[in-house]
Amino acid sequence: MAGRLISANHAAALAATLAGRANRTARGFCSGVYPITPSTECMELLCNQEFEKGEVVRVESEHSAMAVCIGAAASGARTFTTSSSNGLALMAENVVSAALLRLPVVMVAANRALGPPWNLWADHGDTLLLRDSGWVQFYCADNQEVLDTVLCAYRLAEDHRVLLPVLVCQEGFVLSHTTTRTEVPSQEEVDRFLPPLELPARLRDTPRALGGVDVPGVAEAHRAQHHEAMARVFEVYREVQDAFERELGRRPADPVVPYRAEDADLLVVSMGTIAVTAQRAVDEARARGERLGAVRVRTFRPSPAEQLAAIFRGKRRIAVIDRDLSLGFGGVLWGEVRGLAEPGAVVQGYVIGVGGGDVRPEHVAAVAADLAARTAAGRPVLMETGA
Amino acid sequence: MSEPSTVAGPSAETRPTPLLRPGNSNCGGCGMSSALQLFGRAVEHRRLQLVVPASCAAVTAGPFPTTSFGVPTVLTTFGAAAAVATGLSRVARLNGDGTRVVCWAGDGGTYDIGMASLSAAAERDEDVLYVCYDNEIYGNTGGQRSSATPAGASTTNTPAGKPEEKKDLLAIMAAHRVRYAASFSIAHPQDAIRKVRRALDATGFRFLHALSPCPTGWKSEPALGIELVRLAVRSGLYPVVEIVEGRKLVVNVEPDFSREALELYLSLQQRFQRSGITAERLAPAIARRWRELRAASGRILPAEREA
Ligand SMILES: Cc1ncc(C[n+]2csc(CCOP(=O)(O)OP(=O)(O)O)c2C)c(N)n1
Ligand code: SF4
Repeated sequence: MAGRLISANHAAALAATLAGRANRTARGFCSGVYPITPSTECMELLCNQEFEKGEVVRVESEHSAMAVCIGAAASGARTFTTSSSNGLALMAENVVSAALLRLPVVMVAANRALGPPWNLWADHGDTLLLRDSGWVQFYCADNQEVLDTVLCAYRLAEDHRVLLPVLVCQEGFVLSHTTTRTEVPSQEEVDRFLPPLELPARLRDTPRALGGVDVPGVAEAHRAQHHEAMARVFEVYREVQDAFERELGRRPADPVVPYRAEDADLLVVSMGTIAVTAQRAVDEARARGERLGAVRVRTFRPSPAEQLAAIFRGKRRIAVIDRDLSLGFGGVLWGEVRGLAEPGAVVQGYVIGVGGGDVRPEHVAAVAADLAARTAAGRPVLMETGA
Repeated sequence: MSEPSTVAGPSAETRPTPLLRPGNSNCGGCGMSSALQLFGRAVEHRRLQLVVPASCAAVTAGPFPTTSFGVPTVLTTFGAAAAVATGLSRVARLNGDGTRVVCWAGDGGTYDIGMASLSAAAERDEDVLYVCYDNEIYGNTGGQRSSATPAGASTTNTPAGKPEEKKDLLAIMAAHRVRYAASFSIAHPQDAIRKVRRALDATGFRFLHALSPCPTGWKSEPALGIELVRLAVRSGLYPVVEIVEGRKLVVNVEPDFSREALELYLSLQQRFQRSGITAERLAPAIARRWRELRAASGRILPAEREA
């Protein structure tokens, strides 16, 4: 294990490389990649790696990048791709198909606003567009977490109780291009953590059709199985955390990360790096004697509804900060969690940092002040974040 | 370029089912069925995986968990066949499986929405055989135009007849300098089987094109599919050729450019009725095409023998 100064893009690429090499004794590694800011450096680094038994295919679109992963995964290889924003939108139909075919593809998204009008900066709207695609979704808070989560993603995705693709999200530039000290495990450590992929229904010589017509009743049965696999994610993830801790000496974060929440009067719920900013704001508020707490939603799919409901128990005021806006509705995270609080609690939505606006502790303090003054939740508040 | 698969799959005798199994849901007289049967006859011992994008052939596979294909098959999104095949073939090669990965796609999934992924796979010289069964229409969605639909043909969204000419796909594939590109005719099985075998055993990107009568979309007699292709070949409308490495073009079946054959071809399909397109109107385009083919083949013969 060595500490290296790397960006989240490079952390993701190194994790994918290590995972890919770890499958050399099985069917190998095959990845389809296509560049888009701010995920580009991830695929570039991957294209510079040597694989004993692996291929990185430089395709002509994100649509094909995911298609290559589908073909490779169906043939039993470990797969990887990375993208952002419009790349994910173009890829979407194959993203859905990878999930419905129950292929354990792992993808890293460097979150970025959709366009045109073009915008290069962080916004969770691109991966939230894929919310219902049947993928497990993690949102990371720092580079180390990106690397660790990608490794965990493979073990989770490939577990026979799960067999689902996993999307690991990291905010564009905020993480993708920010260099921090990151522990990079050795190949031997990853080999011990990641068993070779054995896909139970991989395409061999038996005539069978992967993806043939699903008539209504069958489709419903398949969705039910998919949904049940999602429900098993938390249980399997706990085992993945244990194994990771055993082999790599640190414990990956839980699906939901509360911060000084237990005795808090006000709670701020958010995802990704905003949640880290919120923790700073909590410390500052606590220093002023205000009982503020924070909750970081790390696993967005499956929904950690039970974990959140337990944390929300007894809380009267909850703020939800979204770096996304479902136009005509409000923040997506807010929409997901507002029903989890106790009856009568104020769950107010705030939208900050859409299209890459900086989110600083002052913004979180302003959210807390607004929330404290409320007796009832209102329409989502769109905070201006420019200055 | 011939490099036969080294790992033997089930032999012709032990292969439990044909490539296209009986009881499939294709319309009676479907040209794609004939093309699949011909293709299947050429496969023999070779180990195959099929990649089928959205199309009539995707329905041919049948509802889960059954399949009408006698080999393992992946059904893909409409425009992604060549890219999914890329993933399968790369992993097959990494593992020395000796599997031949074959795309079986309609003209919509090839000429239109799949053009980018097809072109890219050809440019990368993926070890994939791409077969386009060209029924000149979107059969799956009920018969709309594609860029393979010939001028004058009525479709549900060009009811008065398509004004534009058919795209010359083989020329596009040849321009990619793919290892092997050929058109085959379901009315000329010997030539077809030879081509399929050659394409199956070559490495790198290979492309096969098969005109596939669609009685449902062409409004033609189901029993006449093979005859229609014979007329298309005879009249010069459907050139049966092969092109190696994008350079050497060989004409495999010489047409006699019979005007009668062309007239018969048009009159046997109701899709040409409304536009009233005539053999006379088509002749100059056929002649132009053949001048180009002769030039590419290095055998300059007069195109209009009869004239
Ligand atoms: C992205 C997308 N757009 C549209 C469709 C609907 N669709 C399914 S098959 C098809 C036409 C297929 O035509 P072709 O490739 O010629 O094959 P055929 O049905 O004639 O066999 C269309 C438009 C789809 N499945 N996916
Ligand atoms: S619509 Fe045409 S191509 Fe499709 S199955 Fe029927 S005859 Fe065959």
